[in-house]
Amino acid sequence: MTNVIKLSAADLSGLLVERSISSVEVTQAHLDQIAAVDTGVHAFLHVAGEAALAAAARVDARRAAGEVLGPLAGVPIAIKDVLATIDMPSTAGSKILEGWIPPYDATVVRRVRDAGLILLGKTNMDEFAMGSSTEFSAYGPTHNPWDYDRIPGGSGGGSAAAVSSFEAPLALGSDTGGSIRQPAAVTGSVGVKPTYGGVSRYGSIALASSLDQVGPVTRTVLDAALLHDVIGGHDPLDSTSLTDTWPSMAAAARAGLADGALTGVRVGVIKELSGDGFQAGVAQRFTETLTLLSAAGAEIVEISAPSFEYAIAAYYLILPAEASSNLARFDSVRFGIRVNPEDGPLTSERVMAATRDAGFGPEVKRRIILGTYALSAGYYDAYYGSAQKVRTLIQRDFDAAFSKVDVLVSPSAPTTAFKFGEKMADPMAMYLNDVTTIPANLAGVPGMSLPMGLAPEDGLPVGLQIMAPAKMDARLYSFGAAVEALLEASWGHTLLSRAPELARREMFAGTATSTAFTSTEGAV
Amino acid sequence: MSEITAEQVAHLANLARIDLSSEEIARLTTELGQIVDSVAKVAEVATPDVPATSHPMPLTNVFRADTVVPSLTVEQALSGAPDRDGDKFRVPAILDEE
Amino acid sequence: MKKAELMDYDKALELFEPVLGFEVHVELNTKTKMFCGCANEFGQGANTNTCPTCLGLPGGLPQVNAKAIESSIRLGLALGCEIAEYSRFARKNYFYPDTAKNFQTSQYDEPIAFNGQLTIELESGRLVTVDIERAHMEDDAGKLTHVGGATGRIQGADYSLVDYNRGGVPLVEIVTQMIEGGEADSPEIGRTYVAAIREIVKALGVSNARMEEGNVRCDANVSLRPRGSNVLGTRTETKNVNSLRSVERAVRYEIQRQAALLHAGGTITQETRHWHEDTGITSAGRPKSDADDYRYFPEPDLVPVAPSREWVEELRATLPEPPAARRKRLQAEWGFANLEFQDVVNSDLLDVVEATIAAGAAAQAARKWWTGEVARLANASGVSADSLVQPAQVAALIELVVAGTLTDRLARQVLEGVIGGEGTPLEVVESRGLAVVSDDGALIAAIDEALAAQPDVLAKIRDGKVQAAGAVIGAVMKAMRGQADAARVRELVLERAGAAE
Ligand SMILES: [Zn+2]
Repeated sequence: MTNVIKLSAADLSGLLVERSISSVEVTQAHLDQIAAVDTGVHAFLHVAGEAALAAAARVDARRAAGEVLGPLAGVPIAIKDVLATIDMPSTAGSKILEGWIPPYDATVVRRVRDAGLILLGKTNMDEFAMGSSTEFSAYGPTHNPWDYDRIPGGSGGGSAAAVSSFEAPLALGSDTGGSIRQPAAVTGSVGVKPTYGGVSRYGSIALASSLDQVGPVTRTVLDAALLHDVIGGHDPLDSTSLTDTWPSMAAAARAGLADGALTGVRVGVIKELSGDGFQAGVAQRFTETLTLLSAAGAEIVEISAPSFEYAIAAYYLILPAEASSNLARFDSVRFGIRVNPEDGPLTSERVMAATRDAGFGPEVKRRIILGTYALSAGYYDAYYGSAQKVRTLIQRDFDAAFSKVDVLVSPSAPTTAFKFGEKMADPMAMYLNDVTTIPANLAGVPGMSLPMGLAPEDGLPVGLQIMAPAKMDARLYSFGAAVEALLEASWGHTLLSRAPELARREMFAGTATSTAFTSTEGAV
Repeated sequence: MSEITAEQVAHLANLARIDLSSEEIARLTTELGQIVDSVAKVAEVATPDVPATSHPMPLTNVFRADTVVPSLTVEQALSGAPDRDGDKFRVPAILDEE
Repeated sequence: MKKAELMDYDKALELFEPVLGFEVHVELNTKTKMFCGCANEFGQGANTNTCPTCLGLPGGLPQVNAKAIESSIRLGLALGCEIAEYSRFARKNYFYPDTAKNFQTSQYDEPIAFNGQLTIELESGRLVTVDIERAHMEDDAGKLTHVGGATGRIQGADYSLVDYNRGGVPLVEIVTQMIEGGEADSPEIGRTYVAAIREIVKALGVSNARMEEGNVRCDANVSLRPRGSNVLGTRTETKNVNSLRSVERAVRYEIQRQAALLHAGGTITQETRHWHEDTGITSAGRPKSDADDYRYFPEPDLVPVAPSREWVEELRATLPEPPAARRKRLQAEWGFANLEFQDVVNSDLLDVVEATIAAGAAAQAARKWWTGEVARLANASGVSADSLVQPAQVAALIELVVAGTLTDRLARQVLEGVIGGEGTPLEVVESRGLAVVSDDGALIAAIDEALAAQPDVLAKIRDGKVQAAGAVIGAVMKAMRGQADAARVRELVLERAGAAE
């Protein structure tokens, strides 16, 4: 039989539905892969081996009993640690939440369970999703499966690395300024940030409430669409959740595979998100992709979005401001760690301050202080108030653009995966890395990243970002699936099939069994 | 250049309830200065005629019916508490009154 | 400041003009909390009504209670406010262990209601119009218990315990404009204003309005302006003054304290102060500082509240008669003397007396029973009179007395039976066998006739001149042809005279 872990979720779904493979087998294969490679990749903060196998057995039993289950029932999934899970620690990559097991499930987690997906564990991330490299995780960085010396992107580097190293076919991520799309780009996987309000935020540990969106992290556009269909839709527990009825994203993705799907599609290239500042190989692959699109019948239109120049500045005011308030609840009273000051009296105030000093990492403190500054008396109008005006201008740029084109494209990130430590010393350099992805979050429009080749100079994946008007997520999937098929046809293979074979951990190589795995539960 | 001072950072840390060391304050003073310098450009285009956008999607009047839904159990509520006394959360003595 | 150091009140007013302001917090009686579906009720044990949202757990999100919005709009309308076409929640950021999210979800520059007016009437008949700046919505904090130390107060406690059941309960905060020209009436203005708010929220049914349970809490701002100056003095904010009488006392105390301090050349510190019910003084709390930078910003987890004008008008149509107007109308309808009416109002018996009269009882009889026997029994068992017995039962009891089935003495026994759960007054009469003997029936008829024939005597008896009863007793004995016990006749004459209209 083919290597189960290399199959897409859609293909696994087919095999599971026709019962030519069991969910227990699929789950075990992925747990074995985790046991074999995660020492090197470190995508997971927690692996729930036994619970996953038990859930898989339940799905198998239900199918055996003739129950008709959803398409993804029995397919394993990895969950970003930013999401509350009732049976697994949820730390958001922070020391301050070490070991915290929430008494509830995030809405998306509940939906994924209800749809019969098998939760493998929790994936690593930059602390509270602040970062673009996972280097700010309190539990050590995740390594890029293409090159262990390089970052897997961030904040959702764990989820992207998990799918690109075949530890899981699907993962959930969260995207505040690119945390799904940029990791997808640098690991050669697919990631989607849905329209703001399209997917519930309830139970997602908030970074910036007006920017955060949960979304799928996968290896194919169709898989992302299938997962989007499971997690999307109105949730009354999230007051910013949209009440719209959504079309099937999977159907939209399949429609994109029809002949001529790209004919006449107006594709906007954002002048401000191309040209200078992009790595040569990134720019090259982007230009080549445009040529392919054009040849396939799409119309390429240059679009100017003058306010995008101010997007990073606005983002690094809005995000820290909201985050400084969202992270105030980490006070050592109701959950999380408590740290006493080294000396002096033990008062509530001093214990809170000591806990927050010890529990938060440097990037989190930096942004909390920045956000506190941006909101403080006398500065609000100049900073937070102005940033919200820039947000209006960026929305206007998008409106103008989408009056001329159907989708917008850009490279997903200015560079391929950079090396660990390269941008740690310079916060602004790290922030500039989000230049391409941030505008979509500020405006609330949906965005996708999918692989568009390897940069010739370093052989590392390059991502194409696609953006559609708000609520037009289905268009992303149709167009994305068409582009994916076009590119793969031009290469003659999938991009991830070119990823290096990962070294398998000695002690489990070839002999990984569920028994052997269980002994490492929670300690991976 | 930005006018951020160490005293200001110490004050912000106090507002944010983080017991920063003096080294942290010194480092953050420099970094905050640089960051503020580069984000201050938002003021260039934020003219009075431009309205502020606080939510990407313009919704209004999203309400919940006044119907009781089950709460957590007391054990669930207190399951993550660093310290407790019976069914209450326990905190060290509070210095400041609110 | 010790009481002896306070400036004499009259002298304080000679030298200074008091300027007042009030912030009244009203706890709404919705079924659920402001931002989550947890029950808004207390008493089943600590932390029983909590969820990820009101516990401020990571990932918790707020959802606005529609009923709380409706109650806030109705309250705003009842205070003569304009209702905002567009209003938003904001976060007020500060750290405190009773505040689960370490920010309060409140309203800042976009409150739901603003620009109102409330006219109150003082005992002298003076009318004072209080301008309402705003009424805004917010959520309550949890409850702290301070353990250790001598007093159970925060100072000197070893540690504190937190119960978040109250955390997230909906509040409306009503903020007045500065109240000038109160002069010597200032303390009474405070009391009367808070009483009026309490009466309004009760009439609207939006709050249980029990001050002793913290449903209505008042912060009183007081400053003094030297006569002849137009510069405002520094104000103090006395927190959580939780009874009407305390509002009056606290304002008076602050006037006397600040006057003494200013007259001695001192200055007033802008600070919050605490009211001590037992000693009748205020003490200094936390001074205002730059730590009060609350960093308000619009709550990104909630969307704006934009009540349509149609909805506002629908809600306006549901407003009850304003309590002050209602009082005037009822007093006129019932023909109560001022003191009689005040007695009913002050004992919080207006609603039940009204209901009793609506159920058929004569106004004076209804008043007499509620402020008399029912109030006495309620007092004795430490509960409120209106929780003891239904107005319909009191009306039924009065009917039995008027019909002559019961004497007052017997009726009191029946009332005890009704309160004890033995049934309706008629059922108690039957089960206890308490009806007046038939002889008494004839006797009472004769007595009522004799009293009616001699109204001047009746008036004297009512004035307490019981010896005047002799004339009536004589007439009754004559009517009964001597077939009556004179002592019993005397007893009944006095009783009927009291019971008669
Ligand atoms: Zn709750």
